[in-house]
Amino acid sequence: MSLAKFLERLLQLIPVMLGVSAIVFLMILITPGDPVDIMLGEQQATPEQREALRKDMGLDKPAAQRFGHFLRNAATGNFGHSYFHRRPVSEVILERLPATIELTLAALVIALMISIPLGVLAAVRKNSWVDRSATLGSLLGISMPGFWFGLLLMLVFGVWMQWLPISGRSDMASQVPVVTSFLTVDALLALNFKVFASALSHLALPAITLGLPMAAVLTRVTRTSMLEVLRQDYVTFAEAKGLSPRRVLFTHALRNALIPTVTMAALEVGSLLGGSMIVETIFGWPGLGRVVVESIFTRNYPMIQAAILLYALTYVLINFLADLLYTVLNPRVTL
Amino acid sequence: MTSIPAAASLVTDATQPAQSPLRLSWQRFKSNRFAMGASMVVVLFILMAIFAPWLAPHDPNETDLLRRLQVPVWMQGGEWSYPLGCDALGRDLLSRIIYGSRVSIFIGATVIFVATAIGVVAGLLAGYLRGWVDAVISRLVDILLAFPYLLFAIGLMATMGPGLQNIILALAYKEWVIPCRLVRGETMALREVEYVEAARAVGASSFYIMAREILPNILSSVIVVSTLRIAHVIILEASLSFLGIGVQPPTASWGSLVADGRAFIWDGWWVSTFSGFAILMLVLAINVSSQGLRDAFDPRLRD
Amino acid sequence: MQVSQPASATERQQPILSIRGLCTEFATPAGVLRAVQDLSLDVMPGECVGIVGESGSGKSVSFASVMGLIKPPGRVAAGEIVFAGMDLRKLSTQDMRAVRGKRMAMTMQDALTALNPSMTVEQQLLEVILAHDEDIVQSARWGKNAKAYKRAVEMLELVGIPSAAKRLRDYPHQFSGGMRQRIMIAIALACKPDLLIADEPTTALDVTIQAQVLELIGSLRRELGMSMVLITHDLSVVAEQCDRVVVMYAGQVVESGPTSEIIGQALHPYTRGLLAATPRVEDLAMPVRPIAGTVPSLINFPRQCHFYSRCQQRADACLSEIALSEPDVWRQVRCIRSEKERCA
Repeated sequence: MSLAKFLERLLQLIPVMLGVSAIVFLMILITPGDPVDIMLGEQQATPEQREALRKDMGLDKPAAQRFGHFLRNAATGNFGHSYFHRRPVSEVILERLPATIELTLAALVIALMISIPLGVLAAVRKNSWVDRSATLGSLLGISMPGFWFGLLLMLVFGVWMQWLPISGRSDMASQVPVVTSFLTVDALLALNFKVFASALSHLALPAITLGLPMAAVLTRVTRTSMLEVLRQDYVTFAEAKGLSPRRVLFTHALRNALIPTVTMAALEVGSLLGGSMIVETIFGWPGLGRVVVESIFTRNYPMIQAAILLYALTYVLINFLADLLYTVLNPRVTL
Repeated sequence: MTSIPAAASLVTDATQPAQSPLRLSWQRFKSNRFAMGASMVVVLFILMAIFAPWLAPHDPNETDLLRRLQVPVWMQGGEWSYPLGCDALGRDLLSRIIYGSRVSIFIGATVIFVATAIGVVAGLLAGYLRGWVDAVISRLVDILLAFPYLLFAIGLMATMGPGLQNIILALAYKEWVIPCRLVRGETMALREVEYVEAARAVGASSFYIMAREILPNILSSVIVVSTLRIAHVIILEASLSFLGIGVQPPTASWGSLVADGRAFIWDGWWVSTFSGFAILMLVLAINVSSQGLRDAFDPRLRD
Repeated sequence: MQVSQPASATERQQPILSIRGLCTEFATPAGVLRAVQDLSLDVMPGECVGIVGESGSGKSVSFASVMGLIKPPGRVAAGEIVFAGMDLRKLSTQDMRAVRGKRMAMTMQDALTALNPSMTVEQQLLEVILAHDEDIVQSARWGKNAKAYKRAVEMLELVGIPSAAKRLRDYPHQFSGGMRQRIMIAIALACKPDLLIADEPTTALDVTIQAQVLELIGSLRRELGMSMVLITHDLSVVAEQCDRVVVMYAGQVVESGPTSEIIGQALHPYTRGLLAATPRVEDLAMPVRPIAGTVPSLINFPRQCHFYSRCQQRADACLSEIALSEPDVWRQVRCIRSEKERCA
């Protein structure tokens, strides 16, 4: 598709992004407690000093101006100072973000690797035991609270069977030079398999906890989509051409059946982002999600607001990419 | 050619006696054993919530440090009077779960009720009136949809503070967009239909058309979607309570029970396990009966 | 009344396709649906046989059965299908796959749904060529197969697609309805099959395009010396293209014979009804009389004449199972009335 159209669509994102920022800003406005008080904490300060600080932070300006200020700052990556960490928020984010990305990607990979083959198999062998168990599994997967599932996994595999570690990312992180900030990848690049194994085993339970419920949703989608595709005339025509069943399945059917799966996966990334907060909390995974949850209890508002803004904007971008992907996969649809 | 010829389905429909669509749907639902069983389970849970004070063997908040982490009845050291064991403060788990159902179900139902009410009205207005009303509402919906659900709720809870009332508000603020989007879509489709045109020609007011002509026809989709969403909201509330930003003690929803149990999961695994299991059971039952509802209303969608 | 007879049996050629007593059923929640009952017909080399019937008559299912495309809950319950000397029902799935597309090909009613929307025309054309044509496959296994490509372009040109080489890269939705039908025909004929089964080739098209496509099919058939089965509900199409006609109703053959005889002297009340319901350009003033009633359900249908409920000439004797009047497939009627009339 043309560059002009692509840019046009990209530009259409801006109102939504603005709206998202506006809502986050609104949250900032209605937050209880005086930011100055919270920042100062226990420290003594005269009313004049407080007033000066207030002016310094721009808290005396009208809301609209503050919003402009907020946007300008956000665009340059300045989200203020984290009350708790005594460091710029952006610094904390950059430090913790890779761990969350690693976890989320691992969960996505697990979800796709399970749901696509399972969904296809269930559709091709409809009403067989594979199909029935896949359907039952999906049902359980979407009905189960993620945090409970995580706890169970922790209990069974971490405590009772002691197969996998239940907390943290790995104690051997320092042994490997940081290239991508993804410990698993860095360990591989350094050819240090001991660290790689440790990193992987630490990643296992959190990634499965996050990925399996998503796999449940995607399996259903894949199965339904595949069943729909197998009913189509072009599948019959392909068979009438005398093509091998493998070719009919993979080249004709799958290509069309996977479109809803992929687009659904993109949409579900949102719940992955949300779920990562819970999973990181349960397993002590040092990612951004855990910081957000901790920030709630420490009333670290700048941190929370920055994280929400970041997550929301990321989600908007991912949805946009999903739309793009959809036009690529489905030649009939133009952007 | 590889599916049943069209003639077959045409004729089987014609051989049934004429009945109202509602009755037909009910009959289809009744014949679906899984859906019927699941709805029984849902009804049981609701009854459990309503009659909690009579059903719970003990006071859920009564602590007894002598019974700290007492095991469930089937393990050595368990008692029948405390069938699911006790938590770290010696409180009977079964009673806490029974009372917890009140909180979880109440919040889920209330959120959906509020969200559906707002969403249906907003959707009708946006879909029927179009113009700037639609533009504003749709924009709002798009923006709200841009936030991942849990994230948004956490943000709001952080801002508003924890508590029962706030959690209902926080969840409802995002939830209304779901029925709104659905109703808007269906309304836009229906407003071009002939009987609506006829009503307009006779001079009926917009309000009348929306309420009497369009609303009854979208009701079945709204019901199906809403029942599904209750399951979603229950899990969300449980997640928020698990993180500690949902209901606050002494109010205990199932989510907070699981969180309680987390601290001593080695020694008292039953607390988290059974509380979470209750969530699973209810949500599973809701999902199955909701699927049954969908199949009953429109059997053509079945695989 | 004269019924034209072919030359004596020994002088007749062997039919390219010979079906005897085909029965295809579907298992439905309401009962067993017998979509095709006791179908028998022959297709001689080089001839075009028209299969006429309304929706639900079993005409499409019959030839899906011949191609081996019936899947559960459907099954071919009985019958013999002999194609080019091979008993198709006894073939292994692999051997049947070698026959399909290569020696026996099919086109479907709606080219838009029959062509894969996500694949280019080139891919869909090449795959059938590469699947079957051994000498092309031998010449180049990997990479762009020049011979196959050349054949693909040839086929598109044969069916009249302009700028064939360029348009190979396009997707089905980028073509008009008539062109898509031609592409489908090109794909079906790519391996030069002995038999083409065209299922409602013109139904989804505008009238003007219909004529073009029919002409194309007709000329290709003569050029390639191919046999054809033309399935349609439109008698006028049959009148134009087909040497012989088989009329089906509710799963059974009710009449068959040479086209001129069927059109001129139909014996079965249903065929007569169809003819009466078809407007004729020579006599526009003649009233068009539709056949009252609808096709009955084929689930657990009683063993009687299927046309009974809509027949103007029904009698009590029609309430028993009616057999075809002639054991010979050259001219058949399934009606007791015609017996009397013919003997008169």
